[in-house]
Formats: sequence, structure tokens, C-alpha cells
Amino acid sequence: MPTISSNSLNPLWLSHFTATSSIGRGLDQTLAALCQRRTGLAPCTFDTVDLATVVGEVAGVDEVRIPAYLAEFDCRNNRLALLGLMQDGFAEAVHAAIKKFGAQRIGVFLGTSTSGILQTELAYRRRNHATGALPVDFIYGATHNTFSVADFTRHYFGLAGPAVVVSSACSSSAKVFSSAQRMMAAGLIDAAIVGGVDSLCLTTLYGFNSLGLLSEQACRPYDAQRNGLSIGEAAAFALLESVPEHPRENLSKDAVLLLGIGESSDAYHMSSPHPDGLGARMAMQDALKMSGLRASEIDYINLHGTATQNNDAVEGKVVSALFGQATPCSSTKGATGHTLGAAGGLEAVICALALQHGLLPAGLNTQNLDPALDLDYLLDNREQPVARVLSNSFGFGGTNCSLIFGRAGSA
Amino acid sequence: MTLTAFIEGIGLLGPGLTDWPSSQSILSGQQPYQPCKTILPSPVLLPAAERRRSGAIVKLTLATGLEAIAAAGLDAISLPSVFSASGGDGENCHAICEMLASDDRQISPTRFHNSVHNTASGYWSIATGAMTASSVLCAFDASFGAGLLEALTQVVVDNTRIVLLACDTPYPEPLYRVRSIPDAFGIALVLAPERSAKALAKITVSLTDASADRLTDTALESLRLSIPAARGLPLLHTIAMQQDGHVVLDYLDSTRLAMAITLC
Repeated sequence: MPTISSNSLNPLWLSHFTATSSIGRGLDQTLAALCQRRTGLAPCTFDTVDLATVVGEVAGVDEVRIPAYLAEFDCRNNRLALLGLMQDGFAEAVHAAIKKFGAQRIGVFLGTSTSGILQTELAYRRRNHATGALPVDFIYGATHNTFSVADFTRHYFGLAGPAVVVSSACSSSAKVFSSAQRMMAAGLIDAAIVGGVDSLCLTTLYGFNSLGLLSEQACRPYDAQRNGLSIGEAAAFALLESVPEHPRENLSKDAVLLLGIGESSDAYHMSSPHPDGLGARMAMQDALKMSGLRASEIDYINLHGTATQNNDAVEGKVVSALFGQATPCSSTKGATGHTLGAAGGLEAVICALALQHGLLPAGLNTQNLDPALDLDYLLDNREQPVARVLSNSFGFGGTNCSLIFGRAGSA
Repeated sequence: MTLTAFIEGIGLLGPGLTDWPSSQSILSGQQPYQPCKTILPSPVLLPAAERRRSGAIVKLTLATGLEAIAAAGLDAISLPSVFSASGGDGENCHAICEMLASDDRQISPTRFHNSVHNTASGYWSIATGAMTASSVLCAFDASFGAGLLEALTQVVVDNTRIVLLACDTPYPEPLYRVRSIPDAFGIALVLAPERSAKALAKITVSLTDASADRLTDTALESLRLSIPAARGLPLLHTIAMQQDGHVVLDYLDSTRLAMAITLC
């Protein structure tokens, strides 16, 4: 294990994790898609959207059935959450954790940006012509409200510990690791369900379109000709536990650990990053500091890489300044699309797969790397042992979060 | 397991409550509580462009947060922040949903970037220059308790001062009918890990399954129940009474927060 300085984070163990996005349900499909360089992006046919764009839509969300006793939570976002929880034995792992720790000792920390707002968008089409009232079957609290997905999750498992949604736009489900880590360190809980769920809705599609940030083709992160992002949806979860006291006996060498977290604010603009990437730089540096690692000890960076001109230029400049050309990096948003509030969680799981399978995933769709960005940006998959990785998540409001994960068996 | 912190500054704004100093005699019962519409001050700290674009939640967080920080004699630029709100900018959300249900779905860029739950946090960092970490939370009716827990864990685990901003603003119709928050209300607290000359009270918090305390004044109790951020009022009531005490604050359906309050 990496050397930990006295004031740094006690590593946490991602004892179980799973992800469902447009590239697959669960880890096997996700890994296969990454290995085969398969994108989940396709022309947008979502709802009544009339925009020329592509999206990373998860197949079969509409067919998911919310259990009757949780019917009030029924909306696309919670259906996607449930679909995600059903993969890779994650729900069984949570039940086992409840037996081990107790329902009051497990916290829920989930990130989302738009929650179930689609439900409200649809309800506004069905307002009473005379009174303007929303339809009586519309349940705001259990669907639209930002807390909905965490509330659904805790009720689904019968949990009685602390629960919260972190909603800081596209850093949401990276920052959940920070809130969970602190609550575990404070001794309030023994384990935490962390992750993120965000689903397609009209607000984000028309919103990014209004900003001129939506590409009409599959997004091309770090390409010289990149012209905007592609929106995706995803549900990603991890079960965080303390590292067993005798790691050699109880922890596989492939176990994935959370080693560092860095958070900052740009204090610059609501929808444009700081031109020098000062906030992004602070987040990456603080994550390194907390992990006790040098930049040269990071084997791979999963970039925020949205494929907007601004984001990639600023992020690339900072990564180049901190890590030089030596660290392989890529954005996996060419495969999954930008899953917004779920991106931090989804990309944490992709990082975990990279660590366990020695796979550095290529950035898809990118043809001509931006020559202004001096990076080892992966246009092809690379197979090599991977010990430590960093993942970036930045968002509207100038919010930044960087996470560092490592493989337990790496010296 | 308990979490301990010292309150160094309080900000308060809500219907009939204009700031913390003038509200203490109301909360302690020396003055009658007379509810009237919350008046949100213009956010003078924001650049003109951002000021024009800022909604009620931005004005409310700036007013309460800056009051708490000034009372603590601190500078906002160095403080990490925790924003906890049961919803975002309600007026903005309504305008977007209305447009998306119409024939013209071209919502404006400003409407879109103001739609994120961390709008207030973003404007706060622009106004104050704070590049510190900012946690932005929602737990529906449990948002005050969730924000307080997050703030306390940062104080205890990261050994840092922090500002908690628990604020709620109303939705217009038709959302008002399904989420009836009657007015803007916010509590801000500056919390510190150690006792200082500025400390007002020491709080020690643990999880409990006891029921939440009610306020004896019926109008104040109605305020506590109708706005999630006002679930923190029993804490402010005890401090206003200038007495040590124990309160139970509302949190989740299965869990509340037990708090021992010792005046400094």
C-alpha cells in the first residue's frame, strides 16, 4: 500500500461496485464495451426531443418496475437507480452489510443533478386547462425533489442511517465519496452506499443546447475539432467500508481503495471554468496531497473531458502542468456520454475496472488530438498493470472534485 | 457517537425575522412574533451581471451567510461551506418547465445554469472569492439535519471552521400546491472545532430516535413545520433564551438529532 502520511485519509475499501450506462448493464458489459472500444452514443430519439444530437440512453429503463410499496417513487431516475442496484449482486452486498453492521450504521450518499425532474416536465404538459393545476397523480417529493433517489434507495433497503443527496451539478457523485468518508471517520456509520444516478430529461438537453454546448455528433473529447458534449445517463454505486485491520489476510490484492479526495470552487463564473483552471488544479493537488502520492505515481487519469472547447482546453492545460506528458489519460465520455451528476460515480467504477483489469481505456471518437494540449491522451486501449488512478469531475457553479483510487496489492 | 462544535456566528432571515440580533427577543418570547413576508436584500457583493441573474435562494444564502460570518469576525474567502436546501430556485424551475411544455423550448442559458441545485453555492463563491470546498446537499424535509451533520463532520474530521447555509425558498404555482413552502427562510451558522473568544455556544450532537422538539409559540411552531430550514429553530430558541439545554431537531423519518447546547 502507498505510504500514508499522518494527516492523510485512511483508505476506504470499495467492497462492491457496479455501473449501468449506455455501454452496458453491470461490470461485465461495461468492461467488454471498454475493451471493444464500443460507444453507447446514438442519435437522440428520447421523448419528443427535436434536437440534432446524440445521447447515451440506457436501454430498457422504461420496462423497470418499481415495487408496489415504493410506487410513489416511480420515475425514470429511480427506475434507472433500481436497474443499477440489481446488477453485479450489489443489492445482495447491501443486505449482507445490513446484517453485518445494522441498518442504522449504513449511510446513503448519492449524487444527481436533475433527479426526477422529467416527471415534472411531463406533468406540465398535463396541467388542468382551467386551473393550471398539475395532475393529481404527480408526486413531487418522491420523484422531482433532488433527494428522491437517496430516499428511494434507503427505503428500498430499509436503511435507517444518515442519507443525503449531493447535488453540485457534474461533480455530484464524486463529492459523495467525501461526505461518506467524513461520516465514516467521525464514527457515525460503518459503511456507506455512494454513487450517482442521473437520467435523460428535457431540461439538460435543451439547456446545454441553449449554451451552444451540445454536439450534433458523438462527442470528441480533446479533439482539435471538438464541438460540444453528448449527454448520457447512468447509475453507478459503490459500497464503502473501512479497510479490514489485517489487509494481508482479508483483502484481495485486486481490492480497490479510495486514497485521496480534493475539492475546490472556481469562484469565477456559473457556466465557464476558470480560464487558468485554478480550481481544477487545487482539486487535483489536494487529492494528491491527501493520498500522500506524487503526480508521477499516478498511472492513469480519467479526465472530466466533456468535449466542450473550454473544458478540455482548461483541464488539459492543468493536467499537462501537473503531470506532464508522462501520465496516460483519456475521457470515457466518448463512450458513455456526459452522465452529469452520475459522471463522478460512473467514472470511479471505470477507474476501478482499470485497476483490476490492467486496462487503460481509450478516448473514443477523437480523431485529431488538439495540438495545443501536451498530453499522453489515449487514442487506443493500453494494457498494463495499473496501481493508482485519478478521476476528475467538474461542474457548473465552478465546482471541482478529484478522486484517487488504488489497488490494494500495489506497493 | 457524538460530534462537538462551537457556534461562532449566526445568520437568520425569514418571515418576521430580519436578522439574528433582532430575532433573539422574539424567539425568547420577550417580543411577540409577527409573521410578515421575508424581505430579501439585494446581493451587493455580486458583480452587476450576476446580481441581475440571481434568484431568491442566492439573495437568501448571501444575506444569512454573510451575517453569520461577520458576527464571527471571519472572512468568507477562507471558509469551506455547506449548502443545504430542500429545493433550488423555484421560480426558475417553474419558468423552465413551462417553456419545455410549450411550443418554444428554447430556454435561456441563464435559466439553465440557474437550474442546478448548486446555484447558490456558485454565486456565493463568485461573491466572496472563496475557492474552498463547498458541499451542496438536499434531503427534502430533512435538509437542515443533513446539512448540520455534514458541517459537523467537516469540523470534527477535517478540524476546520465552516459555514453552514440552510435555506429554502418557495415555488410559485402550480408547484406551490404540491410543495407548499410559504416563504423564504434561512439559518446560517459558523461552526468551529475549538472554543474561541467568539464562541456563542458549544453543541454536542448525536443521532437519536426520540421525537423532535416543538416550539411553544404556535406561529413559530407553524414556521418550523412549514419550511425545512426552520427545523433548526429549536437550537436558536435555546440560545436566544440564554440557557443551556437539550433539544431534539427533526431529521429523517427514522432518525433525529439530539443536541446538548452549552452557552459559552
